Amino acid sequence: MTGAPPTLSLRGATKRFGGLVAVNALDFDVAEHEVMGLIGPNGSGKSTTLNLISGALGCTAGTIALRGVPIHRLAPQDIARRGVARTFQLVRLLPSMSVLDNVRAGAVFGHRRRWGDDAEAQAMRMLELVGLGRRAQAPVGQLTYIDTKRVELARALAGDPKVLLLDEWLAGLNPTELQEGIALIRRLRDEGRTIVLVEHVMDAIRSLCDRCVVMSSGTKIAEGTPQQVLADPEVIRAYLGDDDA
Amino acid sequence: MIRSGGTSLALTALVLALAALLPLAGSPYWQSIGISIAMFAVLTTSWALFSGPTHYISLATAAFFGVGSYTTGMGIELLPYWCLPPIAGVLGAAMAALVGLATLRLSGVYFVIFTLGLAELVRQIIIWFQNFSGQKGLYVLTKITEAQIYWQLLGLAALVYLAGWAIGRSRLGFALRIIGDDEQVARHSGINTARAKVALFMISGAAAAVVGAILAPRYVYIEPATAFTPMLSFQVVIMALLGGTGRLWGPVVGVIPFTFLWEAISSSFPNQTTLLLGVCFLVIVYVLPRGFVGLIEAVRRRVAAREGVA
Amino acid sequence: MDILITGLFLGGAYALIAMGLNLQYGIARIMNLANGEMLVFGGFAAFWMYTAAQVSPLLTVFLVAPAAFAMNWVIYSVMLRPLVRRARSRGQLEVDAILATFGLSFVSVGIMLALFGGDYFNYSYLARPITLAGDTYALNRATAFVAAVLICAAVYLWLNLSRPGLSIRAIAVAPDSARLVGIDVPRLAALAFALGGAITATGGALLSMFFTLDASTGVIFTLKALVIVIMGGVGDVRGTIVAALALGILETFVAAVIDPGLTLAAAYLLFIVILLFRPQGLFGRRGA
Repeated sequence: MTGAPPTLSLRGATKRFGGLVAVNALDFDVAEHEVMGLIGPNGSGKSTTLNLISGALGCTAGTIALRGVPIHRLAPQDIARRGVARTFQLVRLLPSMSVLDNVRAGAVFGHRRRWGDDAEAQAMRMLELVGLGRRAQAPVGQLTYIDTKRVELARALAGDPKVLLLDEWLAGLNPTELQEGIALIRRLRDEGRTIVLVEHVMDAIRSLCDRCVVMSSGTKIAEGTPQQVLADPEVIRAYLGDDDA
Repeated sequence: MIRSGGTSLALTALVLALAALLPLAGSPYWQSIGISIAMFAVLTTSWALFSGPTHYISLATAAFFGVGSYTTGMGIELLPYWCLPPIAGVLGAAMAALVGLATLRLSGVYFVIFTLGLAELVRQIIIWFQNFSGQKGLYVLTKITEAQIYWQLLGLAALVYLAGWAIGRSRLGFALRIIGDDEQVARHSGINTARAKVALFMISGAAAAVVGAILAPRYVYIEPATAFTPMLSFQVVIMALLGGTGRLWGPVVGVIPFTFLWEAISSSFPNQTTLLLGVCFLVIVYVLPRGFVGLIEAVRRRVAAREGVA
Repeated sequence: MDILITGLFLGGAYALIAMGLNLQYGIARIMNLANGEMLVFGGFAAFWMYTAAQVSPLLTVFLVAPAAFAMNWVIYSVMLRPLVRRARSRGQLEVDAILATFGLSFVSVGIMLALFGGDYFNYSYLARPITLAGDTYALNRATAFVAAVLICAAVYLWLNLSRPGLSIRAIAVAPDSARLVGIDVPRLAALAFALGGAITATGGALLSMFFTLDASTGVIFTLKALVIVIMGGVGDVRGTIVAALALGILETFVAAVIDPGLTLAAAYLLFIVILLFRPQGLFGRRGA
């Protein structure tokens, strides 16, 4: 079957920092409407991979394509315009602006560009979606931690991206917030959005991801459904070390 | 951000219309103060259009101004006067584009350093060219009166305010506010940050060049040392920051008191101008980091808070 | 050949000045735009000691360096540390430091103008020709170069071998980690700032042996030092020296072959080329 090219496709994607190979010849595809989990121990190159996809870092070698069109040589703003939106590992909001204006930034300049009332309506829709409809006019300095994460997510969604990259979006939440967070991402999944998420929270991975790629020291060591990869002995060894072997 | 469009436009138009009556008073002293204020109003407002949101401190005003003066100086023999300021504007914008493309991708320090030397660079090149032609300066002999220069500057001020107002409500203005807050977020949201910064810097550069072109007839004789005086760049920075760059009307709040202050300083302490300019910089950094606008808003907030409690 | 050696001589003094600025920017994170005034101060001290008491500039250096060290220590502690404390981001500190040191620069120029007037200052010390490799050069230039080389070498060794030197280099590379391994970053930042000022003032004293200075020339040297620092790479001593020598040679070449009025233009041309092609400095690694 040779249908449409996958929404996102990495082939041999590599990033070197001097002598250190942070991401080593990584291959994987993400199909439309799929939620792909990128997991692995600390320092295994997951966030670097997201940075390669979003253009924050350039690939040393390999290709990344969005619906068959190469994007790995583009600047971040061009990648964003083509439909890749992201959140950051450490939340980055626009401190001088209101919640609404933060989200409007995504609606005005993202993949699908809107302006004026249209942009404002879109920003409001996204805020409703993440459950912040009532706080649109608040300054971002007054938000709780999970609400700042919600704003960032709404901003990323506001441009109707083809692919959403979430960099440890659930990290640092307390147990109640975590349940809300997982429910929120599940809602996005049910809407049919294509998502790549870097995550440590195993519950979230099990309940959200269609498939996972497991990385260790920059290399892909397993790929499959969460059940498959989490049962893989090599994955267990990567996480727990192999001093008992 | 307050977006009370119509009233502020009408208010600005009214103030400018009143200001336009000044030459009718007929006092040469007020006429000359008026020209200074109008000139610095344009220079600082256009400076703040770019430097306010982006926090890039431009010291290139003197370079643009000088290029504008020279445009009039060299063109006055060849072309009718009225087409020279627009040409100066185009040249200023082109120069700003070149400088911006080379430096605005990098951090603020590089930009400051580069713009600091830009006036000196252009000056050295002009002197070098003049060595071939053998001339030292240029005569700009026209029938343009002081009042006409003043009105032209007011017209330009109106244009700059209109441009600033329009930019403030445009995608470009929104993009710049995002860039000023977090450039990385801006890029990842799909904003071509380099292009936005260069575009605004071009507007700022064009305005300064037009001011230079308009003022050239006033000096009658222009030479590199006077047309590219670095002092101008510093004065513009001080006045704009003194007023505050967070609002379109902020810089002019700094221009008016500073023009009078400077007038007094240069007549009473002509030898200490450099020293006092330095003191002004220090006052801004240590006493008024957000300018008069910041001060006014802080007071207003305090009053509002007190009323809220009462 | 002639141009090469004259350029090297000039580059030696530039290296000192730029090294001073680089210590201040690389370690204390202050882009000190009053750096050129410190140079002029050094030059003035040398001039004054020589004309008043016939003291050799090479001896005055030993007075100038501690004086400048103390002055810069005070400047850092009183003026700049509050800015470092209140800055919420690196960008804000940058803007504040630029404005504050500009103010300082103007104030210093104003004070020097008030004290000494706007005249040019020069004196003739060791103004004898010497012959090197078949060409003649001024002895004072050669002497200044040798002194500059010695000082550069001393600073380089100190940074690479002594404990405070190593700590300073650690701060330049990774300010946050340096704190974690027990390095007293605020104190060493002040030390680096003061040391940078002392080195620049020494450079000024040496430069004054063959270069005419006046109260307001400082800014030109600040510009040149900045170009050198950016070219050589922030926090990189070796790069700074190479870039300073390159600029010295380029300027001498432009002055001799094209026009002496274009030296700054030449420095700028170099600056643009570096900005466009190697914004991380000559030896810097891309995207670290």
